[in-house]
Amino acid sequence: MAEAEETYNLRVVRQFAVMSVVWAVVGMLVGLFIAAELIWPALSFDIPWLTYGRLRALHTNAVIFAFGGCALFATSYYIVQRTCHVRLFAGRLAGLTFWGWQAVIVAAAISLPLGITTTKEYAELEWPIDVLITAVWVAYAIVFIGTLARRRVPHIYVANWFFAAFILAIAMLHVVNSLAIPVTWTKSYSLFAGVQDAMVQWWYGHNAVGFFLTAGFLGMMYYFIPKQAGRPIYSYRLSVVHFWALIFTYIWAGPHHLLYSVLPDWAQSLGMVFSLVLIAPSWGGMINGVMTLSGAWQRLRTDPILKFLVVSLSFYGMSTFEGPMMSIKTVNALSHFTDWTVGHVHSGALGWVGLISIGSLYFLIPKLYGRELHSLKLAELHFWLATVGIVLYITALWAAGIMQGLMWRAVNPDGTLTYSFIESVEAMRPYYIVRFLGGLTYFSGMCLMVYNLWRTVRGARTAEMPVPAFAH
Amino acid sequence: MTEFTSDFWPWFIGIVSILSLAACFLFLVWVGRGRPPQQVETLDHGWDGDLRELNNPLPGWWRWLFYGSLVFAVAYLVLYPGLGFFPGTRGWSQEEQYRAEVEQAEGRYGPLFERFAAMDIPTLARDAEARKVGERLFLTYCTACHGSDAGGAIGYPNLRDEEWQWGGTPEAIVESITNGRVGVMAAWQEALGDDGVREVAQYVLSFSGRATREDLLAAGKEKYEMACFTCHKNDGKGNQALGSLNHTDDIWRWGGSEQAVETSIAKGRRGVMPAHGQFLGSAKVHLLAAYVYGLSKQP
Repeated sequence: MAEAEETYNLRVVRQFAVMSVVWAVVGMLVGLFIAAELIWPALSFDIPWLTYGRLRALHTNAVIFAFGGCALFATSYYIVQRTCHVRLFAGRLAGLTFWGWQAVIVAAAISLPLGITTTKEYAELEWPIDVLITAVWVAYAIVFIGTLARRRVPHIYVANWFFAAFILAIAMLHVVNSLAIPVTWTKSYSLFAGVQDAMVQWWYGHNAVGFFLTAGFLGMMYYFIPKQAGRPIYSYRLSVVHFWALIFTYIWAGPHHLLYSVLPDWAQSLGMVFSLVLIAPSWGGMINGVMTLSGAWQRLRTDPILKFLVVSLSFYGMSTFEGPMMSIKTVNALSHFTDWTVGHVHSGALGWVGLISIGSLYFLIPKLYGRELHSLKLAELHFWLATVGIVLYITALWAAGIMQGLMWRAVNPDGTLTYSFIESVEAMRPYYIVRFLGGLTYFSGMCLMVYNLWRTVRGARTAEMPVPAFAH
Repeated sequence: MTEFTSDFWPWFIGIVSILSLAACFLFLVWVGRGRPPQQVETLDHGWDGDLRELNNPLPGWWRWLFYGSLVFAVAYLVLYPGLGFFPGTRGWSQEEQYRAEVEQAEGRYGPLFERFAAMDIPTLARDAEARKVGERLFLTYCTACHGSDAGGAIGYPNLRDEEWQWGGTPEAIVESITNGRVGVMAAWQEALGDDGVREVAQYVLSFSGRATREDLLAAGKEKYEMACFTCHKNDGKGNQALGSLNHTDDIWRWGGSEQAVETSIAKGRRGVMPAHGQFLGSAKVHLLAAYVYGLSKQP
């Protein structure tokens, strides 16, 4: 070949990977702060920007879209190149997605504390930011699908199915749910009203979980687990079945957020039924990931990165079982509005999304700088801090949530409520303290990660990776 | 069901739901068909150096779990509403479930409240059991505004003192709870001007001996007796029939600082007690009224 050796585009991967770690620390710190506010409300110092109501949205946006989003961009750009054996399509556009996404994050970090919000959960950003997100997302789709189209291997690797589904579904969900009539630069009204607005919101909200936080991260899982374990994927068939089943069933599960509301009965039931059908498709991914370790189990003892990746799957399996159970109407009647829901979300967020991303970044970042990870021991310590933190967090909120649910429904022999609402709030204090300590433990692990990665890449030159000369 | 945009959505979603379940089922049958191979095949395509795929059969327990959930889904959608306009064979609806549960609760707790309803309010207010039940009702329905100690807050009346905005007789209290109250104070900024507001505020404060600008009182009195007397009367004692406040008791519904009083005069106030009659029913209103009546009669 006459031309110079073709290399993979690692620049944009590096940018996203590094920012993913940065935003993880920022987002979790905000989470920790608002957890502390629930114990010591005076921490808001009567400053509006520091109040729970505003910072809560900042926390969720920062961890989901800044940390999780950057991790997804980084890994999908890396994986799609390496499994298509071709340099990223439209490299400049890919670079723009990085700066565009960072602009979205900064705009969110400014507007949310100022109280500028659409009030739609996980879609709080106002319309100018929504437009920017759409532009970035279209560019992302062009880069990703363009790369797939130019692949030099006959088959599309399974991780890429999940990334492609995630990109396309999020585009549709974001655009439909964000439809609004702008009034000023910082205020708009949703195109939908009343119960339709609620339905569209949770169709979006639950599928943000399904396609952003599940499908996207399954893409990560399908690359980094076989790579780190050095074992082939367990079953191609299983990946085909659970992929399509996830697509078919996830999309209707949203109404389980609106059980026993003014939503028509049929839509509620449908949400519950499809949530229960979701157990098997969700577990398909867990089985495929865990069974990929067959023949490499002994590595779990010594390899902290593999521990992160595999334990994330156990939390994935746990929360994808818990979720369907909570969608059963009778269970939901107890769990709805309680901290059980918050615990459930965090077992998925800290356990599944957090651990799989952390494991992937520990794998990826040293490679991007041509180094070995500075300290496996620190990574091992991080793993245990993270696991203990999650366990503290979710057990505290299980107890808190069930207690709240029971206190709210307890009645005296005369039919009056046994507890006033404020008594149930007071009863939460010890659990909120344990939750805070769990979060603090998890967060301290993240600080170790920053140190470890900083020592890894300090003074390093960026790595180059050649594209294999010809297709298989 | 027209509340859900149009007839299109129930049909569309119902049909797509059935197709989705059927597709999952057929796919599962198709991929899981035949005997599992004796040897696990390794697919010959590879990626990124060492990435390979095996093609193990679907785990049996997982396949049956999936079939089981599909069977459950179909059964549930036959029994309960879930597919558009098809109401389900059990005839269940959440409105019906709610109605039945309320009826059951009425049956269980009704007799107790009926017994209290037969007693007059001053007697009930001294009855220890009635006070307990009344307090629980109060803690459930009233504390959000009036506080768990019934001490009120700025904008919300204190129910423990002997002063009553709308009257403290049993009948007046029952009326307040049943049909609610709306108290409106007009805005006087335009009519009185800045100076006038200040003067009237000083005069209002002087009823409780709290005026700080003796020099404004004469002008304030003149304006008060022109603008305010219709509701608050010249002696400042107000009128319970209108819910207009008594200015002579040193109780400040909207705050007693000079600034708060000036704001009340300049911008007006609007106090709303929501109606609870339909929601609670007369028996519970009766008991609540007795509890509130008893609060101000405490030693």
